[in-house]
Amino acid sequence: MIDAIPLLAEINPGFWVILAGLICALLPIGSLRKAFVIAVPLIAGVLIFQLHDPTQAARLGGVLQFGPVELTTFRLDSLSLIWAYLFCLAGIINGIYGLHEKCRITDSSALIYTGAAISGVLAGDMITLFIMWELTAISSVFLIWKGGEQAYAAGIRYLAIQVLSGVMLLTGAILHAQANGGDFTFGAIGLDSPGGWLMLLAMGIKCGFPMLHMWMQDAYPKASITGTVILASFTTKFAIYALARGFAGEGILIWVGAIMAIFPIAFAIVENDLRRILSYSINSQLGFMVAGIGVGSAMALNGVAGHVFVNVLAKGLLFMSVGAVMHRVGTAKASELGGLFRSMPFSTGFALVGAMTLAATPLFAGFITKAFILTAVIEEHHYVPFVLLLLGAAGMVGFAEIKVPYSAFFGRDSGRRVKEAPWNMHLAMGIAAFICVYLAWPFGGYAQLYALMPFEMKYAYKPYTVDHVAFQLQLLFGVLFAFNLFLRWKRYRAPQRAEVLDVDWLYRRMGLNVSLWASAMWTRLSAVTRQQRNRFLGTAGRKFYQTFSPAGAASEATPSGLAAVLTAGLLFIVLMVAYIAR
Amino acid sequence: MALLNYFPDWLLVHGPGFLMALPLLMAAVTALLPNKRIGWISTFIVTAILTVTAFGIALYNIEVGTFIYKMGGWAPPHGISLYIDALNAPLVLLVALMAFITVIYALPATIAEIKPNKRAPFYAAFLLCIAGLLGMVVTGDAFNVFVFLEVSSISTYTLVAMGAARDRRALSAAYNYLILGSIGATFFVIGIGFLYMETGTLNMADMARILADLDGGSRVAKVAFGFIIIGLGLKLAMFPLHTWLPGAYAHSPTPVTAFLASTATKAALYLLLRFTFFVFDPSFAYVADVLMFVLVGLGVIGMLFASLTAIFQTDVRRMLAFSSVAQVGYMLLGIGIATTASVAAGYLHILNHAIIKGGLFLALGAMWYRFGITRMEDFRGLGKTMPLTMGAFTISGLSLIGVPFTAGFVSKINLAGAAADAGWWWAVGVIMLTSILALVYIGRLLLIAYFQSPPEVDGAVVKRNEAPLAMLIPIWTLAILSIVIGIESDLIVEASVRAAELLLGAG
Repeated sequence: MIDAIPLLAEINPGFWVILAGLICALLPIGSLRKAFVIAVPLIAGVLIFQLHDPTQAARLGGVLQFGPVELTTFRLDSLSLIWAYLFCLAGIINGIYGLHEKCRITDSSALIYTGAAISGVLAGDMITLFIMWELTAISSVFLIWKGGEQAYAAGIRYLAIQVLSGVMLLTGAILHAQANGGDFTFGAIGLDSPGGWLMLLAMGIKCGFPMLHMWMQDAYPKASITGTVILASFTTKFAIYALARGFAGEGILIWVGAIMAIFPIAFAIVENDLRRILSYSINSQLGFMVAGIGVGSAMALNGVAGHVFVNVLAKGLLFMSVGAVMHRVGTAKASELGGLFRSMPFSTGFALVGAMTLAATPLFAGFITKAFILTAVIEEHHYVPFVLLLLGAAGMVGFAEIKVPYSAFFGRDSGRRVKEAPWNMHLAMGIAAFICVYLAWPFGGYAQLYALMPFEMKYAYKPYTVDHVAFQLQLLFGVLFAFNLFLRWKRYRAPQRAEVLDVDWLYRRMGLNVSLWASAMWTRLSAVTRQQRNRFLGTAGRKFYQTFSPAGAASEATPSGLAAVLTAGLLFIVLMVAYIAR
Repeated sequence: MALLNYFPDWLLVHGPGFLMALPLLMAAVTALLPNKRIGWISTFIVTAILTVTAFGIALYNIEVGTFIYKMGGWAPPHGISLYIDALNAPLVLLVALMAFITVIYALPATIAEIKPNKRAPFYAAFLLCIAGLLGMVVTGDAFNVFVFLEVSSISTYTLVAMGAARDRRALSAAYNYLILGSIGATFFVIGIGFLYMETGTLNMADMARILADLDGGSRVAKVAFGFIIIGLGLKLAMFPLHTWLPGAYAHSPTPVTAFLASTATKAALYLLLRFTFFVFDPSFAYVADVLMFVLVGLGVIGMLFASLTAIFQTDVRRMLAFSSVAQVGYMLLGIGIATTASVAAGYLHILNHAIIKGGLFLALGAMWYRFGITRMEDFRGLGKTMPLTMGAFTISGLSLIGVPFTAGFVSKINLAGAAADAGWWWAVGVIMLTSILALVYIGRLLLIAYFQSPPEVDGAVVKRNEAPLAMLIPIWTLAILSIVIGIESDLIVEASVRAAELLLGAG
């Protein structure tokens, strides 16, 4: 196929997906759109497979020259390959999951969003990266807006933050390229220039660094059911890719990642909305990845790539199962759910697979990838971050990965009896669950995962050693034990209807109230001072008018006698100046 | 230069003398001509010849550099010599060109404004004025400068007074101008007298040499400098010696206003440049101090005060007159900073402002010609009733403000850049501030013209009534010229840099 049409090798496969999305925006036939949504990411994946040449370090294509700036719109190498596959796969699964939904906007923006993410990871220069960075933001905001009335403001906030991140990325990229003689190639960037810091900050916003994370928990739970599933797959993972490419081995990221892994626990404990809990869980998992990037060894980066792959599928499973619950019950509030395993057994099963994958249970893919990162961190002797990551992992398992299926499907019976989820949701969840298990299969399965990993390792890591399995199981049982103790002693906070305050409170509530207060005060102040102001302005205006108006002193016709006196005076001044000057 | 080959040699060699003599002679002839129309034709032909000659001389100057023409073959110390150098060649062209453009416009304008029996004398006075301005620009003899200054001034008083047919206030304005102009000329000639006492010569190049030998000279030279500065300051409307200007501009016939605004003060500014940098020199302490404290100080105060005054005017011509005083402040600022770049910028603003103000006053004259407009509120709906004239007015107005891609922007940005280079950041601030003030007074007019509907007369909205072609052509020539300079500024900027380098030396 590639040999027949050489142009295919020059065009970033993601562009085809974007194109399909644009066509979908105009296509009135629902079934055809659905075919597009599933088939085009599949075709893109096949195309990438065909284009990938394992013997070659990197395939470059689509070179465009704009004046002094050279753009490489297509670059396929081992690092971008796994992300490209992942995004194609996620696109297919999301497409299947949303098959029942008839909505032109969702279809087209999902395709454009997927295509932008694929194009972004396959971009070889920072300008194309920036364009795709912004396109992911703009196309995905429609998914949030599909969440209904209350999602509108959240969508605007999301868009503002994402676009801001893009602008910072572009500014940083230009500064960085300027410092490097106009080279816009996207490679390792480093932190030795202000441009580098700006780009790090832009990526930090997009992958949810602590204090920059709030857009995620703000927007994700408010999107439509399929929207949340799609959103959770791409934006942050795209940012992780950029971070891995640009800032691998920056020590500061280890600490950022460790803190990121642990701080969302506090929010997850008290949160009631299941989708919001999962958003915090994403944030914690992203912390693992950021820490792995900070370590920067081949093993760590392989772990990051693998963890991204597994995480998208497993987190997708949880989001999909919660979505299925929402689809049938109409809410995702923990306080209103419970005991649904009776009526939704398959969804329950898939949710448990996702949870166990994320909890790094042996025989599930997370077991391998998380171990990669943790081992890499300890190998490089970062003990404190290691402990923090471990605590974060344990906490997230306890308060998110177990809590979500527990409160939705088990726990106190809510008495709801609903239909099982539609078949297409089951199919999508089934594919994801299968891959989660398959990639950890002790007899050959995990070798497939290894084959995808971008870097050569000194030795092939063996996950199924007695030590490792025992350690992971101990950790898991410990957490389960603690979870049960909490339940037994009623120390587990009963799910309540409540709103959790996060950093976004600073601008959503406090900022609003401060500006309301200030405006009220201003109104009062201006009422009090109106008289004084008017008097002052009136006086000043009158003075100006009296001086400068046609009848005023400065512009009335001066009698020639006065002008002559002025002339004499000025002559005197000039003569004095000339006389005094030495 | 290929163009130069089309000019006959005798025209180039004798051009400077020709420039002075032709309008002087033709003024006498025109005054005696019986028919009014023939007066216009002879003036038209004379100014056309002058423009061509001036263009040839300007080209010749670029080709051969400074050249001296000895009047009647008498060598400089005894006879009168005419100089053409990089400083005055562009001004010669400017004066001749503005005269030519104004004369085209004057054909319909004089029919409306000047009584039939006064038209031949009007053109005679106009030619005398041109002769005086050209003479004071080209001559190399200090006393000769005074003579031509008086020739141009006295003819100007006459021209201003001829506005009485339209507005009786022209008489008092002309009288006021006569008194102050005479004081200025007297001061100037007193200064020349002192300078003659000090140096024993009237030739400006010799004066410069002797003053340099004397290292600035004695106290007599200082007094001479003071008198010359004040005398010229009156002529060029340096704040606060501008009091004659608004009246003269507002009440004289419209072609006279345009011609005066674009040439008379400019010729005086040329003389200021000639005396401060060529005859005297900024290396003399008293010259440097007067430049720094008096010219810059008065220039900046003038910029602010005159701009503020312009904002509050109700009569548009007075408003533009005050704006001229403010623009003179820019030029004085450029001269006062006294670096090559700043003097070049000041010189550039002299040329650009002539084109801009000429265009504005001509457009305003056309509005008076059609609708009798002199006040701000009469501008209502002019965008509809006189779209072409108002369009040209808008372009020139934007250029006055200093909008990018216009002449005004080029000179203001050069001036601001020169001030910044010299470390005069406060001056950059003042330039910005007065540009905003210019935006206020011009913007106010544009708002009235474009966003208010035309007035109703006898129950019917005023119809479109465009100015005649003889007015539109000069108006649009100047408007387009100001855009051409804004876009393709290299030529004129080079000319101004050459002039500044002649005065201050390169760098």
